[in-house]
Amino acid sequence: MTRLATCGLIDRAQTLRFTFDGRAYQGHAGDTLASALLANGVRLVGRSFKYHRPRGIWGLGSEEPNVLVELRDGARQEPNTRATTAELFEGLSARSQNRWPSLRFDVMALNGLLGPLLSAGFYYKTFMWPAAFWEKVYEPLIRRAAGLGRAATAPDPDRYERMHAHCDVLVVGAGPTGLAAALAAARTGARVILADEDFALGGRLLAERQEIDGAPATGWVARVLAELQNLPDVTLLPRTTIFGAFDHGTYGAVQRVADHLAEPAPGQPRQRAWTIVAKRVVLAAGAVERPIAFPGNDRPGVMSAAAARGYLHRYAVLPGRRAVVFTAGDDGWRTALALRDAGAEVTVVDPRDRPACPGLRVVAGARVVGTGGRLCLISVRLDTGEAIAADLLAVSGGWNPTLHLASHQGGRPHWDEALAAFLPGTPPPGMAVAGAAAGRFTLAACLADGAAAGLQAARDAGHEGQPLALPRADDEPAGLRALYHVPGRKAFVDFQHDVTADDIALAAREGFRSVEHAKRYTTLGMATDQGRTANVVGLAILAEATGRGIAETGTTIFRPPYTPVAIGALAGAQTGPDFRPTRLTPLHAWSARHGASFVTTGAWLRPEWYARPGEAGWRDSVDREVLHVRRAAGFCDVSTLGKIEVVGPGAAALLDFVYANDISTLKPGRIRYGLMLREDGFVLDDGTCARLSENRFFVTTTTANAARVMQHLEYAHQVLRPELDVSILSVTDAWAQIALAGPRARDVLAQVTAQDVSNAALPHMACTEAVFAGGLRGRLYRLSFSGELAFELGVPPDDAEALADRLRAAGAEPYGTEALGVLRIEKGHAGGGEINGQTTAGNLGLGRMLSRRKEFIGRVMAQRPALVDPARPVLVGLRGDGLRTGAHLLEPGAAANTANDLGHVTASCWSPHLQAQIGLALLSGGQARIGTRIRVYDALRGQDGEAEVVAPVFIDPEGTRTRA
Amino acid sequence: MRIPCPLCGERDAAEFSTIGSAPPPRPSADAPMEDWHAYLHLRDNPAGLHAELWQHIHGCRQWLRVMRDTRSHAVASAEACRP
Amino acid sequence: MRYSALALLRHALTGNRSWTPAWRDPAPKPAYDTIIVGGGGHGLATAHYLAKRHGITDVAVVEKGYLGSGNVGRNTTIIRSNYLLPGNTPFYEHSMKLWEGLEQDINYNAMVSQRGVLNLCHSDSQRDAYARRGNAMRLAGVDAELLDAAQVRAMVPGLNLDSVRFPVKGGLLQRRGGTVRHDAVAWGYARAADSRGVDLLQNTEVTGIRVQSGRVLGVETTRGFIGAKRVGLAVAGNTSRVASMAGLRLPIESHVLQAFVSEAVKPMIDTVITYGAGHLYVSQSDKGGLVFGGDIDGYNSYAQRGNLPVVHDVMECAVQLFPSMSRLRYLRQWGGIMDMSMDGSPIIDRTPVEGLFLNCGWCYGGFKATPASGWCFAHTIATGQPHALNAAFRLDRLASGHVIDEKGAGAQANLH
Repeated sequence: MTRLATCGLIDRAQTLRFTFDGRAYQGHAGDTLASALLANGVRLVGRSFKYHRPRGIWGLGSEEPNVLVELRDGARQEPNTRATTAELFEGLSARSQNRWPSLRFDVMALNGLLGPLLSAGFYYKTFMWPAAFWEKVYEPLIRRAAGLGRAATAPDPDRYERMHAHCDVLVVGAGPTGLAAALAAARTGARVILADEDFALGGRLLAERQEIDGAPATGWVARVLAELQNLPDVTLLPRTTIFGAFDHGTYGAVQRVADHLAEPAPGQPRQRAWTIVAKRVVLAAGAVERPIAFPGNDRPGVMSAAAARGYLHRYAVLPGRRAVVFTAGDDGWRTALALRDAGAEVTVVDPRDRPACPGLRVVAGARVVGTGGRLCLISVRLDTGEAIAADLLAVSGGWNPTLHLASHQGGRPHWDEALAAFLPGTPPPGMAVAGAAAGRFTLAACLADGAAAGLQAARDAGHEGQPLALPRADDEPAGLRALYHVPGRKAFVDFQHDVTADDIALAAREGFRSVEHAKRYTTLGMATDQGRTANVVGLAILAEATGRGIAETGTTIFRPPYTPVAIGALAGAQTGPDFRPTRLTPLHAWSARHGASFVTTGAWLRPEWYARPGEAGWRDSVDREVLHVRRAAGFCDVSTLGKIEVVGPGAAALLDFVYANDISTLKPGRIRYGLMLREDGFVLDDGTCARLSENRFFVTTTTANAARVMQHLEYAHQVLRPELDVSILSVTDAWAQIALAGPRARDVLAQVTAQDVSNAALPHMACTEAVFAGGLRGRLYRLSFSGELAFELGVPPDDAEALADRLRAAGAEPYGTEALGVLRIEKGHAGGGEINGQTTAGNLGLGRMLSRRKEFIGRVMAQRPALVDPARPVLVGLRGDGLRTGAHLLEPGAAANTANDLGHVTASCWSPHLQAQIGLALLSGGQARIGTRIRVYDALRGQDGEAEVVAPVFIDPEGTRTRA
Repeated sequence: MRIPCPLCGERDAAEFSTIGSAPPPRPSADAPMEDWHAYLHLRDNPAGLHAELWQHIHGCRQWLRVMRDTRSHAVASAEACRP
Repeated sequence: MRYSALALLRHALTGNRSWTPAWRDPAPKPAYDTIIVGGGGHGLATAHYLAKRHGITDVAVVEKGYLGSGNVGRNTTIIRSNYLLPGNTPFYEHSMKLWEGLEQDINYNAMVSQRGVLNLCHSDSQRDAYARRGNAMRLAGVDAELLDAAQVRAMVPGLNLDSVRFPVKGGLLQRRGGTVRHDAVAWGYARAADSRGVDLLQNTEVTGIRVQSGRVLGVETTRGFIGAKRVGLAVAGNTSRVASMAGLRLPIESHVLQAFVSEAVKPMIDTVITYGAGHLYVSQSDKGGLVFGGDIDGYNSYAQRGNLPVVHDVMECAVQLFPSMSRLRYLRQWGGIMDMSMDGSPIIDRTPVEGLFLNCGWCYGGFKATPASGWCFAHTIATGQPHALNAAFRLDRLASGHVIDEKGAGAQANLH
């Protein structure tokens, strides 16, 4: 055990048991998995991506490149989880990953021996011979070796949710800067959200032993948090990562609501994805210490000096008893002193000329050039030739401001030579960067900067207040000599992806000199840590290799997410049945009670047929329903049709403009079949238009195009004909609509209404207000889609079931969408297969509908040469065994190739009425081919046959039934 | 992205639908085919301030003419096509 | 320098110090026979085929940033030729054939991986539409299979076919479809073109196109004027901007398309899957990352970044299809700028300006088209005439109505 008896922010009273790779350990509340492992002396925790080199803990938080574990078991297994951010809980189980058979003995570590062969981009240069071997041999091997952890194989049992919030000031990061900013803003009365990825707020103050106003800084943290908590308009969001800065003050955040529990409490989401809209943002995300690339710098036991200090102060873990601190700046000395004070034997190696220091062995003007040990560090070699026995090598290469969010909208960071750091460029509108994220590294500067930025943000958001009285704090800047790289082999830059300094030099040598090229060629910074620790060192090495400065080399582009985000959190509650809204018709429950099975049509569920006992399959049901319509009467729920009321003095003019045929000549009480074109001359939709009164029209659309037609009408009105006085209202949900069809339809209707429904009173294409039996008020339209005598009955949704019951009692039987489809194919009505956005009115046999006496949308462009080309496929009927939708049509005897393709089958069905397989097709030269035979090519389903080309109307072409 | 709807106030772009560039005035019915082709198909497509049409479909359903910078996404103005 | 396993070994033994640059970094000559504007996949492929097939090596590729800095590195790496319309299918099939021989042609392993592209369907009408498409493919000599639900289940473990909302009814499979390592395509073509004498001019931005009496004379650049008899534009995403320098106004809008990659995990998807009840396509890279794409954001943009609604939409679809992906994390997102054309199909053609050629309008489809696009563009530039394979991709087709509208969406750029 390396846990110290005192100090730290852990709760020693609460002991938590956990396992790692099957072995049992104990930690405390307040531990992360990483701190608990360190406390138990576990130092080998993972393997790298390519060479499978042993890896230990490098960092303290979300910047960790090395320690990725599979957390939890079964369906909750979660690969690639950083042990440094995983809060310990009772019963936690974690496994190391990407190793076989075990972490200590990993066969794939042989890759390491092949290092020179597996240099940057090696795979682009080989595996090309023999050609077939890439997919059969090489690639499967690479795929198996690649990847890190394993995904669960069962569905995630947890739930997630999405949340939206608005605030005046969003403060990102709850370290000294963020706390000061939040306090300054909150005291003005501004609505403030303070978010931090850590489970404890306080940021770096939790990892240091610093003083504010002469007392431990943690006391100040507690006081500020207490005040913030008591302010009504402040929201504190610990365990919440702001992962992306999007347009216009929109920020994406993910809150780990229950990841610190074995499993979420009942009803509790595991995580919550926030969309936060902030008037102003203070980015106070701090900074992260960077490594130095030197040979052997990846051995377990090599750790960020700031992290070592953090483990000591926050978690009371002594990460090494014989420590070497390799630092290029004063900051590493703080670690040395802290380790000394905790009882470690410490050697400081500093390339600068430094004086002696009590209790420390100081090797000034020296560098580390190598490390020893197989699975863990046992020695450190210096360029003086000296070897030092050590179990910890704490490395401090300077600090990288965490400026990601400031760069998400393209603001390029700029290099500050004095600070040896990239500083934020132009942040997104409304964002200010403060504290260490802006390169202000002393505690006093952070507090002052945060307080000023917080107040300014609140003021910009419309609040007024007084500047914060700044507490006293340390203001001595740490000196630094920039040191990125100590030459030699196996000097790692990207620990997770095994990118070495040599790889970067090789990329530069091969012409991949642009920073983006070098990144893509070597995969530098593309690991799960996104180069948080690696990138600046890599850039420095690239700059050196190309003879440019770091400033000129520049950074790669920063993109969301700041840290990886669970896919489930972003999906939120839109999963399973709630993936998309489900629309049910007013008759849904009625249909279900009457044996309907349902089919998904866009958002709708529609009855596809109503099965009856004794029917062997769906065909039996559909045939029965079709024949009942043809011989007696059936009714169908057509409530899903789009229904739009167009009202006002300009209504007729507007409809004349959007329909290709004339509408203004329609008399009140009459209906017209209508065709709409897109402006490009192709058919948009068909439907009916009933003139209820002089200035009131009722328009129906197909189910599929309801939303688009509504939008089209509004566009035509508001954008193209704003002078017209019209109101357009979607009434789809206001009406249950039932089609009643069949030779006995009028008899049935006569039993559900007392109104005169004779041919004289209600001729074909007439409509009227109606009162149905039981006093149900509604509308009656005489319309036919099936070719039979037919009506459509509209009633308010609540009355739909009563009407359906009465229709059924009167002898009509319900039919579903399948029978509806058969009926329309038999009648040759164009449907979704034909009105597919690629057909003209002429193609559908509707060319005569295009009005010649008025202007309408699509009129001009419908005359383009290709649209009036007589060779375009036109609608015909087909009759022949084996016809299936999607088959293509060829001249009999012609070779099967694209050039001979004459068209395709757009719809097909068994017609129980005709006792034949029939279909509709779009066929080039179709009119002239009626009466001939055509080859039906369906290689996809192993069929090749012939069919007879016939007119598209199979039933009652004269329309006598309809008009009966 | 946020769109300042002149009727409803600023709203998330997810409430809106856009057809892209605002087309020039619609030609008259007897205009030559080239004019119609230009109207329907050709676009300036600037990298910069851009006139475009959005509809507040999950709000007031007004079609809006929005001036927006295609490089920064900053919205300069939004007004109803039919005030 | 020829790449091979042997070369790799030889260099490894000498500490990898003797590798030479993959391409030269030449200074621009005053004039070239042909200038290709745009050092992306299409431009570099054009240069390669100009040199290799047509013997035209006095060529410069002018690139404003680094090679491959545009959409060739910002896509979901999918290749396929499962197109419906006769103007498209033979072209994309030609592209597929070029992919199949690419590594040997350019001596660069771009990791062409024909792991199959499977389009899922969720309704009878969708299956009918796929049947129509699959048969059109078969007529064009393209492989296509219609799978039922059981076959899909067997092929894609972990796929949720039994979604309460949109159950999977089957799918259209093209086994020869798959993925390619995108950056390597640019680098491989660049290296191949360079080796035949093509000058690759990076960090050279075209600021003007010099036209006199209706003839192109060359391009103004940030490194001065460079003369040329022929200039080909292959700058998808920025086509309108560049073409306007020659006075052209095009049927194109620029839109942003986002893509996403997850953290690397051990193999879990072996095929490219596209969802039929939402906008999602997903595959797994050789490195282990799941690569997701969805719909365009829908608004015009040159910003190479998108917004949250599409992120949410894509992740919802991913979880719906693969409920076990819920606990994986997405690692990175990026945005590419698409030339969205008015019928969803590309343009490879001459222009009204003599000597100026256009390759644009790729919508989402540009990456898979890279080899054939370069091949056809090279042919069009070299001969002054479109090849039969790109004969349908005419600049004037919208005016004449010869649209190639696979989706039937009409003249609205963001619907394609």
